[in-house]
Amino acid sequence: MHVTATSYLTVKALTKYIKRKFDADPHLRNVYVKGELSNVKIHTSGHIYFTIKDDQTRMPAVMFAAQARSLKFRPESGMNVLLQGDVNVYEGSGQYQLYAQVMQPDGIGELFVAFEQLKEKLAKEGLFHPSRKKQIPKYPQKIGVITASTGAAIRDIVTTLSRRYPLAEVIIFPALVQGAGAAPSIVKALKRAHSYPNLDVCIVGRGGGSIEDLWAFNEEIVAREIANSTIPIISAVGHETDTTIADFVSDLRAPTPTAAAELAVPNQLDLLERVSNRKSQMVSIVTAILSQERKRLNRVVSAYPLAYPERLYRPFVERLTRANEQLEKNGRAILQQKQQQLAQQTMRLTLQNPQRMVLQHQKNVISYEQRLQLAAQKNVQAKGRSFSNMIQLLEALNPLKIMDRGYSLTYQNDQVVKSIEEINPTQPLHIKLQDGVVIASIESINKQSKGESS
Amino acid sequence: MTKNTVSFDQAIEQLEEIVRQLEQGDVPLEDAISLYKKGMELSTVCHEKLHNAEKQLISIMDDSGEKVPFDAIENEDATR
Repeated sequence: MHVTATSYLTVKALTKYIKRKFDADPHLRNVYVKGELSNVKIHTSGHIYFTIKDDQTRMPAVMFAAQARSLKFRPESGMNVLLQGDVNVYEGSGQYQLYAQVMQPDGIGELFVAFEQLKEKLAKEGLFHPSRKKQIPKYPQKIGVITASTGAAIRDIVTTLSRRYPLAEVIIFPALVQGAGAAPSIVKALKRAHSYPNLDVCIVGRGGGSIEDLWAFNEEIVAREIANSTIPIISAVGHETDTTIADFVSDLRAPTPTAAAELAVPNQLDLLERVSNRKSQMVSIVTAILSQERKRLNRVVSAYPLAYPERLYRPFVERLTRANEQLEKNGRAILQQKQQQLAQQTMRLTLQNPQRMVLQHQKNVISYEQRLQLAAQKNVQAKGRSFSNMIQLLEALNPLKIMDRGYSLTYQNDQVVKSIEEINPTQPLHIKLQDGVVIASIESINKQSKGESS
Repeated sequence: MTKNTVSFDQAIEQLEEIVRQLEQGDVPLEDAISLYKKGMELSTVCHEKLHNAEKQLISIMDDSGEKVPFDAIENEDATR
């Protein structure tokens, strides 16, 4: 090799040459390396830069976002990992480094690590705290079930609910429970259940499977959705031995779907028995109360005054009897007194009998009658005598007697005519004579001059 | 008391409360009798609710948010 002929390589060319060596070597492609992580830096772009080392050596390494995205766990310094990738040169810095395609925790599975990490994170946030746990209602009326719409889990849950407590309505919100898209599907179903009116409790779960199968229930979005639920949630993922993050954040963890259904509802047979027990308790209590009250009543009724009521009214009877006797006695006394009074008065009345007065008066009447008769007789005799005298006198004065001697009486219109002045010349004159009447008409009237006599 | 308005929950809670009150003793007879009557009604309500709920209402929310009847057991049986 000539010095003058020597051509200088550029750094870039040399680096390219070295890089080609790396590229060409099949042993540097798809290498498997194990070591401890250090200087782990997760870039915002998602690329992970780190150093893989062992006791003596270290090597820079990178995992690009495209691969890093599929990691279930978050790489941390100090973590022992198994790496798979290829070794190559980063031309910019002239450093060789390991380009990791796959990373797994060494010794324990990556899912386990991811699980522990999320568990720790959520525990720090307090999402597992007992104070967050909501009470599962004793007698739910509407139960939401979030699981796959086919398979053992839904069948176990539905049959158990039907067997134990058919009173409740069951609404199933179907969700994918394994594989890609399971976690978002569960989240969506949870949201739907949450917006469904009046759900009392929700069962979220699936049947048994591998840790990969159950993985959706270890996803953060699912855990957070469960933690944020205002409806009490019972988790039931896999078998008894499987524990997921969902179990930690749920309000109650059931070992299996069947157990979840059993925890969600009471058993109607137990309830029937309980109702019957309460009923018979009530019967015995009320029977006891009744018999006690009856005894009390009997005690009161058999008490002295009520048992012998006649003793209560005996004094009154006696008083009544006495009063009656008094009444009769007094009545008789009054009667006697009044009878005596009557007799006295009768006697007095008898003494005052008007009969004697009547007799007296009768005698008087007789004597007066006799005297009256005597007086009347005398009177009559006297009057008779006087009358005879008068008759004789009258006889003597009778004008008719005078008429015997030729005198007459002249009337006109029944009036005695004493003067010519009184005469009506047109009227007839009645001239009464001693033995009859002459009716005469007037021819003329001549007035007698004085001193002239006829 | 109307059976339709009381939930099983309320009915059995009330029943328990009545039994508790009766168990406390010193309940006047009239109150005991009326509690007893009410308790008997409630126990009948509970019994009826438990007995009458023979077939459970199970529905499934389909993708469009519609509630449709669901019978997993028959579905399962049919596929066997």
